[in-house]
Amino acid sequence: MMKSQTGIQSRRRFRLTDDDLWGYAFILIAMIAFGVFTLYPVISAVETSFLKYKPFGSEFIGLKNYQDTFSSSLFYKTVLNTLEYTVVVVPLSLLMAFAISIMILPFSKKTQSVFKSMYYLPGIASGVALSVVWLWIYDSSPTGLMNQVFTFLHLPTQNWLSSSKTSMISLMFMALMSGQGSNIIIYIAALLGIDNSYFEAAELDGATFMQKVRYIVFPLVKPTTLFLLVTGVIGSFQVFMNAFMMTGGGPDNSTTMIGLLIYKNAFEYSKYGLACAQAILLAIVIAIISLVQFKMMGVDVEY
Amino acid sequence: MSAMGLYSEHRNHPWVKHLRNALIALILIFLAALALFPIFYMVTSSFGPAIATAGNMRTIFPSSWSLDSYRAFFDFNIYAKRWILNSFIISFSTVVGNVIFASMAGYAFAKIPFKGSKWLFGMILVAMMIPYQVTQVPLYILVVKQFKMSNTYAALILPGIVSSYNVFLAKQFFTSIPTPLLESAKLDGCSHPGIFVKIVMPLSKTVLAVMAINTFMSTWNTFFWPFLVTSKDYMFTIQVGLKTFKFANETLFAPMMAGATLSALPMFILFFALQKYFLEGVTIGAVKG
Repeated sequence: MMKSQTGIQSRRRFRLTDDDLWGYAFILIAMIAFGVFTLYPVISAVETSFLKYKPFGSEFIGLKNYQDTFSSSLFYKTVLNTLEYTVVVVPLSLLMAFAISIMILPFSKKTQSVFKSMYYLPGIASGVALSVVWLWIYDSSPTGLMNQVFTFLHLPTQNWLSSSKTSMISLMFMALMSGQGSNIIIYIAALLGIDNSYFEAAELDGATFMQKVRYIVFPLVKPTTLFLLVTGVIGSFQVFMNAFMMTGGGPDNSTTMIGLLIYKNAFEYSKYGLACAQAILLAIVIAIISLVQFKMMGVDVEY
Repeated sequence: MSAMGLYSEHRNHPWVKHLRNALIALILIFLAALALFPIFYMVTSSFGPAIATAGNMRTIFPSSWSLDSYRAFFDFNIYAKRWILNSFIISFSTVVGNVIFASMAGYAFAKIPFKGSKWLFGMILVAMMIPYQVTQVPLYILVVKQFKMSNTYAALILPGIVSSYNVFLAKQFFTSIPTPLLESAKLDGCSHPGIFVKIVMPLSKTVLAVMAINTFMSTWNTFFWPFLVTSKDYMFTIQVGLKTFKFANETLFAPMMAGATLSALPMFILFFALQKYFLEGVTIGAVKG
């Protein structure tokens, strides 16, 4: 490639090589699908958030959808509900998953996979199926399973899903009970990656089990914890299924979270503009949270 | 045996180690039983009598065992069997689309140096972080209001035909295939389609299987989109059908559980047959991401 005639070079720059053509051919279908079903909807969502949507000729109303969102008390309530749900469910499930993974560790590979499968299994049933079952577990009559447990423990029976005192806790408990599988599997993978020499050294220094967990395991699985934390928070901010199926957001909006609010605005009240504005706010908040979490914890994460 | 060093071997007193492991196993089994209980309850009560009375409801084991509730579920709506078929058609098509087109795109992004590839792949990465609520409303307006495609297989299948996540997954994996291997095939006169089909695909069986299984699972279990784009009961998926059943009649407890069991059964069968890929699928995305 020592030819230096400028004519050839500049023509070369604009000509597509074989690789270029093959590249475009290989990504063609994926990019068409991406354009139609992701890129266009995202752009359209931004546009719609400034409109009062009507099937024929929507009306441009500027920032009104955003103003309406910030002046609605229901919006703040759903944000609080979402935060409450996230603050309880995400750290608790990480803690549970971590503890269970540590307990699974001393067993043979085969036993480990049996336990992994057992904890993973509830997660492969659909949200609808699980909701249907939990709806009956939380049945408010004295014969409901949860109430039978409470009666057995000499505790008063509850209107689990239909009282605003217990509805949110019920949804949290259900999430904690059925969603640990993936977290456990990911934690175990991280734990198995820890080099044994760390533990041998600690053993020689006479470290106790808890000291090893505190000073070796915690710091070394920190990237994993960070990953699970971020994905957990993002998932929890979008939670929709359980409230939609089991409480409809009630009673008195005590379980209406942001995902359900957006759904209701869009598909129950046909306020597409308002729903898009709120969805975009959600996307922005999610982006900020992931950035902050990575910044905060990322400083001393070791790889 | 890495990380095993966390636990003391108790070489002087082997029985301490055995006792400790037995205790841990007991706790683990107890917790797993709690986690598995809803599934277990769903399956056992689905074999109960189809009509609930005060006496036979909500015990862990039904008073008598029969398949009546399954019959009742299928009698509830003449399309109930078709719901399952619909779910299969949609899930299968989505899997085929993703395995072919997402891996093709992944190969191009990983191994073909073409103009704009970084930029286009960056767009796909950003798209992965956008919550589905953002795209849902415009997608609904596009498919249902503008294309008038509600109650069609196209509306149910096409939006999921190539997921950004699968393109990302394929690209990550294909990047790890040594380039000299592909270069030498190229020198032997193999073109990109040839390299892709004859070398890359066979080397990537595991990741393709994981992709297929994850895609099947998420499509089979998805509720929201099919719920939005179907209004005729013959086009429901099993998940959407199950929801209509839920609000149909509160006393049809066991048939509802039969429906829930049916909706989960294909996943359970797949899980027990292909456990390894399920468990691997969880870590593949996490570790590389």
